[in-house]
Order: sequence, then C-alpha cells, then structure tokens
Amino acid sequence: MIVVLNKESIPIDKEQDVVLFRNRVKEYTIKIGMGVVNQTKLITAASELVRNILKYAGKGTVLIEIISSGRQNGIRLVFSDKGPGISDVPLAMKDGFSTGKSLGLGLPGARRLVNEFDIKSTVGKGTTVTILKWKNG
Amino acid sequence: MDLFKALSKKRSRLLELWMQYQLADISLREDLMENEELRAQSEELLDAFLKAVTDKNVENVDDPTYEPIIEILSGISISRARQGYSPKETGNYVFSLRDAILQVWQAEFSNDLAVLFAATLKLNKLFDNLGIITFETFIKGREEVILRQTDEISEISTPVIRVWDNILALPIIGTLDSSRTQIVMENLLQQIVDTGSSIAILDISGVPAVDSLVAQHLLKTVAATRLMGAECIISGIRPEIAQTVVHLGIDLSNIITKATLASALKQAYNMLQLEVRKVQK
Repeated sequence: MIVVLNKESIPIDKEQDVVLFRNRVKEYTIKIGMGVVNQTKLITAASELVRNILKYAGKGTVLIEIISSGRQNGIRLVFSDKGPGISDVPLAMKDGFSTGKSLGLGLPGARRLVNEFDIKSTVGKGTTVTILKWKNG
Repeated sequence: MDLFKALSKKRSRLLELWMQYQLADISLREDLMENEELRAQSEELLDAFLKAVTDKNVENVDDPTYEPIIEILSGISISRARQGYSPKETGNYVFSLRDAILQVWQAEFSNDLAVLFAATLKLNKLFDNLGIITFETFIKGREEVILRQTDEISEISTPVIRVWDNILALPIIGTLDSSRTQIVMENLLQQIVDTGSSIAILDISGVPAVDSLVAQHLLKTVAATRLMGAECIISGIRPEIAQTVVHLGIDLSNIITKATLASALKQAYNMLQLEVRKVQK
C-alpha cells in the first residue's frame, strides 16, 4: 500500500519555471535521502517531462509527492496539462520519434530513468504523466 | 465630535510622539537612514494623513482622498525595500503612527470613552489597510530587485578562454537553454575564427542536469564547430550525468568526452602533438 506523506503542486507556465521546479524536486530528493545518481535520474526525467509541457501544451501543473510503501520511500511526480494531447501514445514512446524536431528521447528516456511510468492522453483534452522513483530503486 | 479633525490641531505633538516611538523602537535602522531624513519623510506622510482622513471617509480606503497617502506610502515602502529594510521595520514605521494618534486621543478624550472607542476601532481598521498597502508595495519593490537580478544572471555571458595556442576552453555554468546555446555557439565560432584554434573544450562541470534538450544543444554546438574545421572535446561529465545520459539513450559516442578538464587538455595536447615535461636540471 502506498501512503502519501507530503504533497505540493507547482504551476508551470514559463521557461524559468523549469529551473525552479528542478530545484524543488532536488530538495525533496535530499529530504528523503536519495542518492546522487537516483537524484540526477529523477531530476532529468522530470526536466524532460516539464519541457514537454512547456513545448506542447504551453502550461500545466506538477504535483510532487513523497510516498511511502512499507519500508521504501520514494517520490512521485504527476505532470498534467490541458494541451493538444498525444494521438498515438505507443509511437510517442518510441526512441527517436518526435513531432517537434527534438531528439525524440524525452518520453522513452524518462521512462527508462524512473521505476514506474504511466501516461494517459486524450487528443484535445490533455496529457497526464505519472512517474515514480524509489529512494533505492 | 470629530476626533480625526481634532488631530490637525495637534500636528506638532503628533509628530513629536511619532518620532519618539520610532526612535525608541529597537529595530530603528540608523545605519540605513539619517534621523533628519526620517523626520522629513514622517512629516510628509503625517501631513498627507491629516489632510485626507476625516470621520466620513475613514472606513473607505478606496476613497480618492486617500490617493496622496497611498502614493507617499508606496514610495516610502519601495524606497525602503531597495535600501534593505525588512517588511517588519516598514510595517512598524506605519503602525507607530497609530500609537501616537491613540496617545493623543487618550489625553484629549478620556472623558468620553464611547466616542474614543468607536474612533479607535475605525482607526485600527484604517491602519490595517495602510499596513497591507506597505506590505504589498514592499513585495513589489523586492520583486523588481529579483527581476533585475534574473536579467543580470542570464546576461552573464559565457567567456571563451584561450588556454593554449590553438586550444580554446569554454566553461558552461548553469542551464543550457536555447538562447544561451545561441550565445555560446556564436562566441565559440567567432573565437575559432579569430584565434585560428583547432580544438575547443566545452566544460559542462557547472551544468546541473543534462536532459535531451541540453544534449541536443551540445550536439549542435559540436557539429557547428566541426563544420568550422575544429575539433570539440566535452569535459566535466560527472558519474551521475554519465549514467543518466546512457539511460536517456543519448548517443554521444561520436564526440570525444572526458571526465575532467585536465584530461581534456591532455587529449588536446596529444592531438596537437605537444608534450608537457618536467625540466631536467
């Protein structure tokens, strides 16, 4: 069973928010004592997803949660936006696919960097991506 | 009986009391403002206050008659924010005027407690509003400072350093966004032309996170450098960054990468067939 210990919602609507948000995530990872490698992995994944929000949806919010399951602690991030949505999610999850002239590694890369990854998207309604990284995961 | 009107006759007494309160306050910042300046500032605010506030408009701060007070108050608040006052000190400054007024009233109208009480209530409400205004403008003043600093930080250009003949180094500190990359690339390419260098070392020790966007910018910079006929070495790759880049799936195998600037420099010497030796004596 997963218990939420702490949550905070951060609005994202301009490029400067990326750095601010990353620092916030970093504070949380330090709070639960995550190692520097996992810290960097989570922050990089978060950075990818938050850039996606800015690039495709313009703005959105991120929910940061400290969660606990048994003896494990971790951080869960929920990225939600009301943007155009993704028409073909499996295609978007493929390496090298991008509609926006980037490397196409954001979504698949982020999935490889975290322990749990979930994406829900409806065209015209928006996208929600949830990632979870355990402290020792 | 209009207690607020009565205050005008007591102007000098009020000012004296207010100054006493301010000077007695332990948080008085003599380091930031001279007493005379403080007195002049207080006098200006007090005059505006006495002129504007009457028994009729005391409950409505949005009344146009308050505009001069609010203007002066905002000015004081913003200039104090720039001078380095804390919001508490600015707040105390305003609230101590209320204490002075209350003391004057107490001396004058203690025989009519009902009137005094009613007026005190109104006065408190008014000063709550004035206090909020100082805080709001104080924060605005601070925000301006922050915005200016943000601009300054983003303007810190990335210097291109000539470490040796034909070798340039470019330490990148902070996040590489699109506009930054543009500046970095322009500087670097121009320096390559100006110095005729053949090797450029990009040091990313100071980049906190390398995500796919940053990597893409780096790849573009390297590609552009190569088009100019120079070779690019990326140094300062920390262990955690290396792991993350691999998991992200970014292919940097076409680029020479090194963990430290020292090993990048060594590599550059090798490429230029230079040798660093201890002198035999």
